[in-house]
Amino acid sequence: MRRLRERGARERRNLLAAASGVCVVVLVLPLCGAGCANVKPWEKDILSDYTMRPDRDSLSDTMYEHVYFTREAATGGRGVGGGGCGCN
Amino acid sequence: MFRFILSPRTWRKLSVAFAVTVLMMGLLPGAHADWAEGDPLPGLETFGLEGALPALEGKVVLVDFWASWCGPCRKSFPAFSTLHESYSDRGLVILAVSVDDKREAMETFLESRTPPFAVVRDAKSTCVADAGIEAMPTSFLVDREGIIRFTHAGYHGEQTDAALKREIELLLKED
Repeated sequence: MRRLRERGARERRNLLAAASGVCVVVLVLPLCGAGCANVKPWEKDILSDYTMRPDRDSLSDTMYEHVYFTREAATGGRGVGGGGCGCN
Repeated sequence: MFRFILSPRTWRKLSVAFAVTVLMMGLLPGAHADWAEGDPLPGLETFGLEGALPALEGKVVLVDFWASWCGPCRKSFPAFSTLHESYSDRGLVILAVSVDDKREAMETFLESRTPPFAVVRDAKSTCVADAGIEAMPTSFLVDREGIIRFTHAGYHGEQTDAALKREIELLLKED
């Protein structure tokens, strides 16, 4: 009888702990997604702005390319397939 | 697997509770209505659009959602002007609904084009959200009974022009 009571109490404690865990997961998961944004097609005004283009400044691109060539002794490979292995 | 922590019965209860929670969370974003072929066109006067709405009753209507920052939308304007010139006297009404946040951006674009068809602005994005479009631009072709018959997501140049022309002619022939 006593063993049964202890088992019931242990089960209740475990249930409480599991329920708390589920609650924490349910509450914390949405917070993890707070940094994500679902942008609708009609909300892409700012994203389609010229300043969002990676190739908007040709002089800057040339300078970065020069630094890259100086450091790596290689050039190109931007925006195209392949990693310089010559297999493509 | 975790029988040593809780009994199978308790695990079943917890699983059901978790499944119901997830289901309810999944149902929340699905509250808006998407315009679909076969559905009646909602009353556009209920969305508080800026600008004068043309009379749509008994007309074949092309409702086009566009924006001045959208390249394909800008490309579609000359084609819509041609459609307007070809079919407006037979009962076609083109309604371009701008979703521009900035009214000035829309007006600057319109100054350079001066479209012959009606243009209104969905300033609060209520109409476009109700339509639930998935691409810019998206156009809905509505028959004389006010039923959405054809949908075009995106503008693909001559391909879209040819499809629109064929569909408009079909709808204009219907009584």
